[in-house]
Amino acid sequence: MKTISLNLMVWRQNGPDEKGFFKTYLAENIDTDASFLEMLDVVNEDLIKKGNEPIAFAHDCREGICGTCGAVVNGEAHGPRDKVTLCQLHMRSFADGDTIILEPFRARALPIIKDLVVDRSALDRIIQAGGYISVRTGSAPDANSIPIAKKDADQAFDAAQCIGCAACVAACPNASAMLMMSAKVSHLSSLPQGKPESKKRVLSMVKQMVKEGFGGCSNEYQCEVACPKGISVKYIAQLNKDYLFSALGSE
Amino acid sequence: MSANKSLNSNIPEGELSDKWTQHKFNMKLVNPANKRKYKVIVVGTGLAGASASATLSELGYQVHTFCFHDTPRRAHSIAAQGGINAAKNYQNDGDSVYRLFYDTIKGGDFRAREANVHRLAEISVNIIDQCVAQGVPFAREYGGLLDNRSFGGAQVSRTFYAKGQTGQQLLLGAYSALMKQVNSGGVTMYTEHEMMDVVIVDGKARGIVTRNLKTGEITSHFADAVLLCSGGYGNVFYLSTNAMGSNVTAAWKAHKRGAYFANPCYTQIHPTCIPVHGEYQSKLTLMSESLRNDGRVWVPKKVGDDRHPNDIPEDERDYYLERKYPSFGNLVPRDLASRNAKYVCDEGRGVGPTKLAVYLDFRDSIERLGKDAIEARYGNLFDMYHSITDSNPYEEPMMIYPAVHYTMGGLWVDYNLMSNVEGLFVLGEANFSDHGANRLGASALMQGLADGYFVISYTLGNYLANVDLEPVTVEHESFLTAEKDVMERIKTLLAVRGTKTVDEFHRELGLLMWDKCGMSRNEEGLKEAIKRIPEIRKRFWKDVIVTGSNNEFNQTLEKALRVADFLEFAETMCRDALERKESCGGHFREDSQTPEGEALRDDESYTNVFAWEFKGIDNIPELHIEELEFENVQPSVRSYK
Ligand SMILES: Cc1cc2nc3c(=O)[nH]c(=O)nc-3n(C[C@H](O)[C@H](O)[C@H](O)COP(=O)(O)OP(=O)(O)OC[C@H]3O[C@@H](n4cnc5c(N)ncnc54)[C@H](O)[C@@H]3O)c2cc1C
Ligand code: FES
Repeated sequence: MKTISLNLMVWRQNGPDEKGFFKTYLAENIDTDASFLEMLDVVNEDLIKKGNEPIAFAHDCREGICGTCGAVVNGEAHGPRDKVTLCQLHMRSFADGDTIILEPFRARALPIIKDLVVDRSALDRIIQAGGYISVRTGSAPDANSIPIAKKDADQAFDAAQCIGCAACVAACPNASAMLMMSAKVSHLSSLPQGKPESKKRVLSMVKQMVKEGFGGCSNEYQCEVACPKGISVKYIAQLNKDYLFSALGSE
Repeated sequence: MSANKSLNSNIPEGELSDKWTQHKFNMKLVNPANKRKYKVIVVGTGLAGASASATLSELGYQVHTFCFHDTPRRAHSIAAQGGINAAKNYQNDGDSVYRLFYDTIKGGDFRAREANVHRLAEISVNIIDQCVAQGVPFAREYGGLLDNRSFGGAQVSRTFYAKGQTGQQLLLGAYSALMKQVNSGGVTMYTEHEMMDVVIVDGKARGIVTRNLKTGEITSHFADAVLLCSGGYGNVFYLSTNAMGSNVTAAWKAHKRGAYFANPCYTQIHPTCIPVHGEYQSKLTLMSESLRNDGRVWVPKKVGDDRHPNDIPEDERDYYLERKYPSFGNLVPRDLASRNAKYVCDEGRGVGPTKLAVYLDFRDSIERLGKDAIEARYGNLFDMYHSITDSNPYEEPMMIYPAVHYTMGGLWVDYNLMSNVEGLFVLGEANFSDHGANRLGASALMQGLADGYFVISYTLGNYLANVDLEPVTVEHESFLTAEKDVMERIKTLLAVRGTKTVDEFHRELGLLMWDKCGMSRNEEGLKEAIKRIPEIRKRFWKDVIVTGSNNEFNQTLEKALRVADFLEFAETMCRDALERKESCGGHFREDSQTPEGEALRDDESYTNVFAWEFKGIDNIPELHIEELEFENVQPSVRSYK
């Protein structure tokens, strides 16, 4: 077993309206096979034992699929490794004596709840605006009645992999939610079932995104780098096209 | 032990295959104009809760839905990997509703209700239609039709999948339906709200008390019916494949208010998980069992063979599943695969640093099918394994070990999914009804969605159409008492300011449960656990540290409240395991096995369901029994040889 010790500089903020600040902690004798969150567990156990408030961070599945975890590690959303969530980042990615700066995902549309935990309900509201196919339970035809080319199905799947973690928003200089939103739009509009509503969908989701205070896209592509699922920026280009087409068409 | 009259499963009369159709016709309907007058509370937004919320709202009911997650899409269903079963027979390989029914009954080791399971198999086909219509991107063949694979002990290919992320895609489908209904105003969604109690008025479930996890606010909500869709309780073992937040609280609180807990000892230990690696370990990661389709399980023949697996020649490897079960081989059901891994490790033939692991080897399939084919099938799982363990499964075998995964036990429900408390319905993993003593792979997703999309819409209507409900408000005494109880519990916990963390207690409980009530159980061990759990519980209430206050976002408090409930529940689980003196499915009693070490059922005494009634924390719960009748399938020895 190999262990390392690290200096953590962690953003602490007691509540949405409180002032935040960085505080330094020592994480000692951390097994390099431990995950990043397990490292934080060790630090927190120690804090709690001393009667101090543990560092609040969001997490649930710890296997990279629920999208709950996430923080900015040394300036990078979900940390230094490509295509992993924070819970799937392992301490072997760090060296003994490293300093780690840990901050929440920051964006106007994602207010801080506490420490590293942010409120991502704005993303739900974007989906509510149209991120679905309006089909009632019980009204579906036989599943094989509409063949879908494997290529289209695979493309829909690729786009549908978004876990809604908001790393794309945190990484974007404009705090835009375009990657997440365009992935949903592409997922649904690349399937025949999703086509009938595609115009309306694009328009209302974009409208909601703006309303929530997310910025626009200026082709910085930081979102793609940060995305733990490797969702491609090509969906944004597609969305822009769809949006234009829909906006013109709807006049 | 005596059968109790109140435990009526309400299975409709008639031929097995007609029961559900007939029942649907016989049930009363609520007039469309009246539906919007009814308010229904749904706790949980996993497959069961999200599908139920969306469907009931489409029908016109006022639905109020709660989850402790920050968005409904994060429910633990998101993590399911392998797939969902349905008797579509698209492969023309001999599948049918009856075969799925039969396999599920047999897989459950003849401890599930025939009628429920048949209904599940019937509905399975509609689920796939529904999901595809919502845009769930299932895997497809080149011709554009849906692809299937065989999964977990099935000899037909009836599993629909979306790479290794089936649960994610199904949940996002149900979530999108839920979001659609939130948008239309039909569902009021409460995220980050933890249900802390169920409120019973005049013997009927009429609401819940919640804690707002962001502010600590305790609030009552009234309704005409309450649906619990709160998932399973595998985290009673501390380490499991469940998400960190999964808990027993909602089900346990309902139990304390009168709902019976059925077969709590039935736990599923999944054979293919990444082995434990250190003390700090917080959870276990499942490697989908679909891997067993192409991976071969083995250990060295010799005890203490420390060579690198690639250096161990073919004739010195023991492919023990293929050897012992030639007709099913590596695809034997989960309980058998798990138990046999334990046996070989007990013999000292386990591998890896802890010797608590076996190999799952893809060498032969890579040779046969090529690396690309294996990558196409399991790429994301291989990557995940590589990232966690730092070992490349394309080049050396994976190491795996069983881990707690699913709980077949749950709140007792009748055929209509209603518990013994009127108006309290239980759906998904939180109920006990369909999987008997062992669940087949890819059947939990099917059950969650069957309950939520296609069963509750009928049975809830029938309940509401027949019941007389007094109007209530949250000023009712029962609400006030429940709120007071909740606040009292929180205050007491915060006042302890002891010396040990919540996790320390949870880990202690988990280890004890794994040891005494895990893969293999015996009378002595269970009795010891029943003695030790209350001791741990007492220490917890004297010595736990919960930092912070109630009126804020406080994760330590959240966890403490959940662990406090596990500490009560665990005892009932052990009592159930002690009382069931037979081996069946996931419940293996060492004192009930064949000379070859296979599980030995006792159909004479135990063709039944144990349902426990709460009698106070330090009191022994009362046992009620539902006899199971097998009219269509003859219980047989479950042989996979
Ligand atoms: C790693 C893994 C892989 C799996 N793979 C498969 C598979 O391939 N095929 C298959 O069929 N099954 C699989 N399963 C099993 C299956 O995923 C689950 O049984 C199923 O998804 C449970 O769904 P559910 O809706 O009952 O509960 P969950 O999805 O667990 O949802 C529970 C919901 O209840 C809420 N909740 C709980 N308690 C409270 C409370 N007190 N107050 C408020 N809200 C509460 C939660 O917020 C959540 O929304 C897998 C399970 C695991 C762990
Ligand atoms: S905790 Fe679920 S993705 Fe990290």
